[in-house]
Amino acid sequence: MTAVADRVDTTLPAWLLALRQQGGQRFAELGLPKSKDEEWRFTPISPISSATFGVAPEASVSLDALAPFMFGHAEWPRLVFVNGRYSAELSSVSVESGVRVESLALVRSGNAALEKHLGRHVAIDATPFVAWNTGQITDGAFVHVPARADLAQPIHLLFVTAAGAADSVVYPRNLVVVEREARASIIESYVMLGDAERYLTNTVCEVVVGENAWVEHTRIQRESERAFHIGCTHVAQERDSHYRNFSFAMGGAIARHDLQSHLNAANVESLLYGLYFGRDDQLVDNHTAIFHDHPNCRSWEVYKGILDGKSHGVFNGKIFVTPEAQKTDAKQTNRALLLSETAKIDTKPQLEIFADDVKCTHGATVGALNENMLFYLQSRCIPHAAARRFLTYAFAAEVVAEVALEPVRAELDRLVQERVGVGLGA
Amino acid sequence: MLEVLNLSASVGDREILRGVNLTVNAGEVHAIMGPNGSGKSTLAQVLAGHPSYTVTGGEVRYEGEDLLDLEPEERAQKGVFLAFQYPVEIPGVTNAYFLRAAYNEIRKAKGLEEADPMDFLDVLEEKLKVVEWGPEIMSRFVNAGFSGGEKKRNEILQMAVMEPKLAILDETDSGLDIDALRIVAGGVNRLKRPDSATIVVTHYQRLLNYIVPDFVHVLVSGRIVKSGGKELALELEARGYEWIEDLAGSGATA
Repeated sequence: MTAVADRVDTTLPAWLLALRQQGGQRFAELGLPKSKDEEWRFTPISPISSATFGVAPEASVSLDALAPFMFGHAEWPRLVFVNGRYSAELSSVSVESGVRVESLALVRSGNAALEKHLGRHVAIDATPFVAWNTGQITDGAFVHVPARADLAQPIHLLFVTAAGAADSVVYPRNLVVVEREARASIIESYVMLGDAERYLTNTVCEVVVGENAWVEHTRIQRESERAFHIGCTHVAQERDSHYRNFSFAMGGAIARHDLQSHLNAANVESLLYGLYFGRDDQLVDNHTAIFHDHPNCRSWEVYKGILDGKSHGVFNGKIFVTPEAQKTDAKQTNRALLLSETAKIDTKPQLEIFADDVKCTHGATVGALNENMLFYLQSRCIPHAAARRFLTYAFAAEVVAEVALEPVRAELDRLVQERVGVGLGA
Repeated sequence: MLEVLNLSASVGDREILRGVNLTVNAGEVHAIMGPNGSGKSTLAQVLAGHPSYTVTGGEVRYEGEDLLDLEPEERAQKGVFLAFQYPVEIPGVTNAYFLRAAYNEIRKAKGLEEADPMDFLDVLEEKLKVVEWGPEIMSRFVNAGFSGGEKKRNEILQMAVMEPKLAILDETDSGLDIDALRIVAGGVNRLKRPDSATIVVTHYQRLLNYIVPDFVHVLVSGRIVKSGGKELALELEARGYEWIEDLAGSGATA
């Protein structure tokens, strides 16, 4: 892999320069993952390793072109980034007073919360891509919701790759801090405009959920099917907090998402839902890890994949329960539906439990569509091929139903219907 | 309407039906009774076209057509309806979606325009009355988390939407409490038309107090060994199945 470096901005505050340097150094030591690395065993990234990526060009995009990605709610506050750069014209950040929704490049000096949290939660070498991203921090979304604020509207972070970005790389770096007793809903979308192109998105998002705070985080990955998308989301939860993540992945020739949920205090609830699609030669990888370090916490995880063609899914779900984490209630379910003989999935639940008074379960199923269900639909007049699509839709819809925001749920439902080829309407 | 001639069927290498003969005319209600494992449910599933069963002999004529030559969905579109003994759960799809999809397939097969969600709501309002249900049920996932009684009511709701010519009810009474049984049977009776017929597959005579059969057939070891009027069901209720199994045994050796 070769990446042409963006010029270093000398106006960066010292702490950020230091963080970037650390990232750059660590990445130089690590290099990109190799197939012998346990965490990347089933995820060959040689197409990334062997490619050359340049700086993404500036591009102009019209607001109209973004309309399809706004869930019918253009009035929701949003930050828009085009080819990795913040676009003030396309963004709309009128929010309650005290709430900050800004481009990281614009606030990087003089914000205490940014300095306190950026790069302080995710381990710099959580994956080599995190180190790489950290070494390149330039822009991204910064959301700060002060204590006891209750956001009336969700905040949309929209990352757009515009036409002309072939063979380029962007490094969005996001930080969401929701302080104690506040409530916020965040949508993080990665979309592609124009023709399918090969490019790399290497993105990191840190989410801090304060004491008794409530955060819903919907991540939607709709990159080009020729693109590479590598993302890492790190969630740090404080006492009595509630965090709900929904991760939707549809694009990418290689798409990998690492999601780490750290339950850093007692009585925390963490809900992780995922839905991913693969077709043709797509490789879709979800690595999740939940760290139960304190007592009386609950985690609930459901991931589902639909794989067709020669696509390849990877799921790895780690749950760590330390001896202190008594009364942990953790449930993990992961299911994959293989629609073709040539699609495959490598799935690995990995529970490491060191406390004795806990309830931890996991279930993994991989399979084709159920014959009895197909017959049931056929006996209700629905032809075999349509019944297959119907059941594929049902498999996905069950998890889409978990998206709490209705307009987002409706849009994901529409995307699923379109992908699966059913027309059930709203 | 339906003529079953010497029908044999097996699952894997196990033969279950061994030459069933049955004629059903429009306007009639036929009850098929028999001990567990006699092949009652298999007969119902074979008529609906379940792929797990292989027809090894005989034929089935339905409205002059070779029924066995049709795909399950074609049979359904032409008016054959099976109420399942074990209705399948489809989490992720609401009853509203499901019923509208079925309804529209029938309309398409008849060359009619598909109904949009609003039109369909009007249709449904009437259908829900058949099973004494409110609209809440429509937003629930198909059969998921339904009680046994709710699942059977949902089968009858589907029947109401599909308006079949030939309804086959497979153990629709099993596991129902008396209220649910009354609603389900009442629904079936309301859906009867002079041009339709009903086959009721049951182990128990109780259902037949509500859906009164014109003919009762007793299936033993894959053959109909005795046919009669509704009084035969009462006799079975009083005497059990043993005497008739003996009858079948002696018949087989004769």
